[in-house]
Parts: sequence; structure tokens; C-alpha cells
Amino acid sequence: MKAFVPIAVVVAMLATVPAFLHSNVVLNFLVVTLMIALAGQGWNILGGYGGQYSFGHAAFFGTGAYVTAILQMRYGVNAWLGFAAGIAAGAVIGAIVGGLAFRAGLRSSYFALVTLAFAEVLRILASVAPITGAGVGILLKLDLGTRSFQFQSRAIFYLVILALVAVALVIARLLERSRFGAWLIAVRENEDAAMALGVDAFAVKLGAMIISAAITAAAGCFYVQYFLFIDAGIGYGSWISIEALLTPIIGGTGTVFGALLGALVVKSLGEGAKLITGDIPGLDLMIYGAVLILVIRFAPRGLVGAVTDAYDYLRPAAQKRAVEAAHG
Amino acid sequence: MVEPLLRVEGVSRRFGGLLAVNAVSLSAPAASITALIGPNGAGKTTLFSVISGFLKPSAGHVRYDGMDVTGEPPHRLARRGIARTFQIVQPFAGLTVRHNIAVGAHLRHRARDVALQMAEQVGREVGLGELLDRPAHTLTVAGRKRLELARALATEPKVLLLDEVLAGLNPSEIRAIVPAIRALATRGIAIVMIEHMMQAAMSLADRVFVLAEGRIIAEGSPAEVVADPEVVEAYLGHGAAARMRAAYGH
Amino acid sequence: MLSPLILLSAVINGLMTGAVYALVALGLTLIYGVLHIINFAHGALLSAALFAAFLAWQKLGLDPYIAAFALAPLFFALGYALQRFVIGPASHADDRNMLLVTLGLAVLIENGLLYEFHADTRTVELAYGFKSIDLGFTFVAVSRLISFVAVFAVALVLWLIMTLTDTGKAIRAVAREKLGAELSGIEVAHIYAVTFGLGTACVAIAACLLIPNYYANPSAGNAFVLIAFTIVVLGGMGSVPGALIGGLVIGVVESLGGFFFGESLGQVGIFLIFIVVLLVRPRGLFGASA
Repeated sequence: MKAFVPIAVVVAMLATVPAFLHSNVVLNFLVVTLMIALAGQGWNILGGYGGQYSFGHAAFFGTGAYVTAILQMRYGVNAWLGFAAGIAAGAVIGAIVGGLAFRAGLRSSYFALVTLAFAEVLRILASVAPITGAGVGILLKLDLGTRSFQFQSRAIFYLVILALVAVALVIARLLERSRFGAWLIAVRENEDAAMALGVDAFAVKLGAMIISAAITAAAGCFYVQYFLFIDAGIGYGSWISIEALLTPIIGGTGTVFGALLGALVVKSLGEGAKLITGDIPGLDLMIYGAVLILVIRFAPRGLVGAVTDAYDYLRPAAQKRAVEAAHG
Repeated sequence: MVEPLLRVEGVSRRFGGLLAVNAVSLSAPAASITALIGPNGAGKTTLFSVISGFLKPSAGHVRYDGMDVTGEPPHRLARRGIARTFQIVQPFAGLTVRHNIAVGAHLRHRARDVALQMAEQVGREVGLGELLDRPAHTLTVAGRKRLELARALATEPKVLLLDEVLAGLNPSEIRAIVPAIRALATRGIAIVMIEHMMQAAMSLADRVFVLAEGRIIAEGSPAEVVADPEVVEAYLGHGAAARMRAAYGH
Repeated sequence: MLSPLILLSAVINGLMTGAVYALVALGLTLIYGVLHIINFAHGALLSAALFAAFLAWQKLGLDPYIAAFALAPLFFALGYALQRFVIGPASHADDRNMLLVTLGLAVLIENGLLYEFHADTRTVELAYGFKSIDLGFTFVAVSRLISFVAVFAVALVLWLIMTLTDTGKAIRAVAREKLGAELSGIEVAHIYAVTFGLGTACVAIAACLLIPNYYANPSAGNAFVLIAFTIVVLGGMGSVPGALIGGLVIGVVESLGGFFFGESLGQVGIFLIFIVVLLVRPRGLFGASA
């Protein structure tokens, strides 16, 4: 149980925010930040723990969003069911993309390319197909109420997305403590060596892809319920593929809190830049690009890695002091 | 005579126009050490890759415990009980020694704490006890070789393919690791080792196969192989027979 | 009624477009062949080059075909510097990091352009912009014919650099056997940067050839580079003849696909080819087999 205490503490602290913060602007910022953290945590499962760098996680985000929207608007399905179906659909797309790519033995550049290509195909299809509203997109009918998963209060949306993030954090921690996780990390570190030790690399990567896709799809489902709108450029656009990989890389890949920390930093930087220079298009993404390069250059293990290193560096001194204090 | 645990029958492996392994047959019984020797490029590592499932043979069969396991993928063969080490060591560089070994232990133990406990035990057995919490990339060559061995052992294999685990070690390191290998055979494991360190190989092995240009050119006890000077001269270079005799002599 | 002459004109059109695709792909495949990574900044660099060609025309009154002779060395230097001082040091010799750094550069450059020039589309107007040659059954724009010829001239020059110069030989040595090249005294970081520079120079020339009938826009390069990825995969990563033939093939496929199914579905066709080739034959149609 001890391993889950940090998650409980962080989530509990974040849960108190709406009690003293009532600004809709700030809450909106936090909701979007947590949504990106969720998408990023999805990427982190496959990319961070599994070492398979996807450049097309938009494929899952968009599928989650579209399936949630289409089921409600075209088939009158309940929003919560639509939400669950959206996650499942994302997982199915993950299984298809992963199944094909890993069966073909694609790694590194090739895997990045094929995921990017799948996201692009879906984007183009969504921008022409009637069922996705083609170029117009889908607007959800405003229907406030718990049953329809639409809330007047930003605070409730905030708690919903926080709960989803909490689940994703727990999934990462469970992964770290499981055999599946040990195998996944082994595949990341050295696939041949892992196979020689009895690891079915294909199955492990596929499993990670499905979990990863489902989590990122959940962020897409949430997007639709929150903004009540989706189109091809948002759902399957490259922005979400980039933000999904940016957050864990900046925060620290293969760590439980990396994506959350990365999302807070990235989104704060973006918003901060907008506050200083006004909302000029391109500025926030420009900063993201620069930060991505700088982090890889100077903190290749992300902020969590940098903090851990600093802690390890300082700890012996602190321990020594504690021992001296105990004897003194 | 009982069926040997591992039996390779007429295995060939072709790369384009090159026949790297040519109709090789060999067998390795349980509780024994079989050495596979031969000059560089003789096809030894290729043969290991075929046995362990990393390469599919162009012809021939691999039988394990009486079953035909030809062409099965590496992870399934590992599950059956065939483990290998790599000539070029392949540690999980970012993980600690303990977590490296635990990956192997997980093959037969789902629970994390059981696997970690077993990793510690196997680590101590091969002399990595002091280094369990060190990241694998900080190990010396000797340490990495031991780690290869430990990880393979943690899968609880019945057949263990060792690809030059002694190469790159100094004499005192070799003296330390040889008894450990001997002990494994005593426990019932069928060990097949590729070795360049002739002295160690000859003193360890119960049976020796000599591979050259993809074919088995001699087999027998170390004494028999050494007594075949013509073959040994031809394939291991001038003066090799004398060196081997000297090695086996004491 | 489908006349073969209409089809033929679609094919010719496709070949003209395909030649420029091939040039973009050439830069990409060159970089892949030596550095073994896909340069995700290639499209953004193409957008930047389109703006550079546009500005050269607008501010200096330079004809794009003249500007090419200035922009090619300029972008060579830019590419060299990016690899030598940004991508190389930042990626700690790890492929995955290299991918991410080029992606970061792409985001940075593309949005830098968006920040500076906004999303507007800019075009150059040339006296000969609408001149075309009558082939009897169809018209071919002079500018497109020039680019078709220019692409093969550039390919020839690249081939000469690769076969005749010491640097070219060093590049090929690094591509084939990096460690061996390093041991024989070749400075790999320099060769990597030269290769990246050459790839980027290809993009600059492609931009100059494109701008007379195309436009500059912060994301204009992306459309080409996704196609270039397809070409590189189709032609075999690292294969120069593969890139040339692949470029022409894709140009024709797109032209015919657009003709039969409409433009956006024609694009889907390209991506489907791309995905199928990646999955079935990742070494490409012309690449070496396993």
C-alpha cells in the first residue's frame, strides 16, 4: 500500500483546489492541463515504460472523442456509455495499429512514422466522412445534467478529470510493480535480451499499446464532454500527438508523475507566454518545441530525473547529519 | 542410452550465398558440459541463435526433451527451459543488477517480491552479491558476463547455452567462475558452451564438438579431440594441438 | 468518356509534381542513409525555405531560380549548424532522442514562421508564371518543366559529390560502417553535419522550384514531407535512385488518384500505400532485402 501513498497525497492536494479557487479562468486552465496530463500518461505507458515512441497518439485521442460524440448525437446513446465506448474504441484502434506495426517488427523511426501515418489517415477520413460531420465537425447538444455528463460548474469537470488522472497514475504504479511492467521495461532496454529470458516482446508491446491508447482515448472522450465540440483538426491533429509526448518527456518518461508534472510545466509556460506577449498564434507551440530540445539536451531523464539526481546527490550529506544528530 | 535433453539434427542456416551452418548434428545430455569450439566465423554463434530461436534454420531439426521445437520463437523456447547468454553482452543498461536478474526470474514467478528475492539469491550465487543495487551499465566486463549468466540462470533452465562467458576475463576471474559453471552441470543442467579459452573449455567439458566452416569436423571427449592433431592443426591453427595437449595434460 | 489523352496528361502532370517530391525525398533519404534517423524537421525546413524564396523575390527582387543558387549554400550552412550544434549534442547518441529533437525543431520552426508571418498564404508573381508549352493534347507550365529538369540536374550533382569528392567518399564510408570510418580518422560529427546540410540544401532548391506555382505558408512544407516520407519508405530508406523513382511514382499515383477519387481521397491513397509498404516491406521496394 505504501507505494500508493504519494499518489493519494498528490491527488488529495489537487482535489482541494476548487475549495479555495473559484476563478473560472484558472479552473479552465487546470482542467485542460489535467486533460493533457491524461493524454500524456497514455503516451508514457507505451513510450516511457515501453520505449516505443509514437508520433501519432492523436489517433486514439480523436477516436475517443469522435466515438463519444457520434454515439450521443447520431444514435442517442447515453453520454456515460458513450464515454466508455470511446475508451474501448481507442483501445481497439491501439490494438490494430500496434498489432500491425509490431507484427511487422517496426521500431524507432519506422514506428514513429507508421503511427503518424495512421493518425493522418484518420484525420483526412474524418475531414471528409459524413458520419464525423466532415469539415464541419460535431457539435454536442447542450444538455446540462449528471446523466448527460455535462456540468454547469467547472469544479465538477475538474474533479472528473482529476479522478481520471488518478486512475492513470495508479495504472502506472501497478505497472511498475507487476511482472508485465518488468517485462515491458526489459523490452525497452533490450528487446533481444528480453526475448532470450522468455519475454514475448510482441505481446508485451501490444498490451502496452492497448492500455496506452485507452488512456489517451479517455482524454479525447473528456475533451468532447467538456468543449461539446470536435472536428478533424482537433481530434486527429498533430497538436495532441505532440503534447501527449511532450508532457512525459519533459516531466520524466517511465515515471508515475512525469506526465502530470510535465503537463503543469508545459501548460504554465504556454499560458505565461500568452500573458506576457498576448495571444499570438504559434507562440506557445514555439516554446514547447524549444523546451523539448532543451530538456533532452540538459535533462534527458526529464524533471523527475533531474530532481531524483539532485536528491541522490544531497541525501548522503543529509543522512550523515541525521546520524550525527542522533549520536550527538 | 537415454535420449539427450538437447539434440540438433542436420541443422543448416544459409545467409544469401553463404552457408554459415552446414548440416550440423550434436547432442547435449542433462548434467553435463558440452563444449563447442572452432575458429572465428565457424558458425558457432549462428548455431546458438538457431537453437535458441533467434534464427530459423534453413534445414534440419532441433529436438528438446524428445519434442521437435524447430523454429519456435525465443520466448517460447525459454519457457520450455532453453536459456542462452549473448557473446556481446546485452544488459538492461538502465536497470540495477537486481532488476536485470529479476526479469529472468519472472519467467516462472509472477509475483514481484518472489522474483526479486530469487534475483538476489541467484546474484549471490554467481558472485554479484555486492553489486545488486548497482546500475548494470556501471559493471565491468567480468561483472556483465556474470550478469548474463545470472539472468539466464534465473529462468531456471534445463539447457543453458553459454556464448563465450569466459572471453575477456582475466585468469583469476576465470578461476572464480569455472566452479560455478561446473556446479550448474552437477545440478542437472545440460550446458553447451562456446569457448575460445581452450584451457578452461577443455578442463570443463565432458564432450567437445569442433566446428569449422559451418561443419562439425570432430567430436569426442577432450582427450579424443586432442588426439586428432591433424584436424585440430588444420582448423585451430599451427601449434594448437600442442597447446591443447598441454592444457589437457594437467 | 475517358480519353487516354486525358489520362496521359494526368500522368505527365504527376511526373512534373513527382520530380519535386523526389527532390524533397532525396534530402530525407540522404539523411536517413547516413544518420539512420528520420528527420522530422524536414517539412518545417521546407516551409522556411519557401518563405526564404518568397522574401528573396519580394525584398530583393530575385527570381526564384536565381535565388536557388544563394539559398542552397545558405540552407546547407543552416542544416550543418543544426546538426552540429543542436541535434547532435542534444541527442546523446540515442536514436530516440534524435527523433524527438528533430520533432522539437519542426514544432519550433513551423510555429516560429507562424508567429512571424501569421497563417497567411503568400505567392510570387513572375512574368513567365503562366507560360506553358502546348503538347497538342495538354499544356505543361514552363516553370514545372524547368523544375523537372532541375531536379535531375541536382541529383546528378549530388551523385558527383558522392562519387568524386573526398567528403562524398567519407559520407559513404560513414553510412556503411560508422565505427570503421571513425577508426580510420573520419570525423563522424562533421560528416553527419555535412549530410544534414546537403539534405537541407535539397529542400532549399525544392522550395525555389516550387514557389513559382505554389505558395509560402508556415505549414506548407508538411504536405510535401508526408509524401516524401512515403517516397522514402517506398523507395527504400537511404536509397537515392529509390527516392527518384519513388517520387515519380507517387506523383503519378496522386495525380491519377485525385483524378478518379477527388483530391483528399487521393491523399488517403498515398498514406495507405505508405502504411502497407511499411508493414509489408519496410525496407522499401528498392531497398536491400534481409
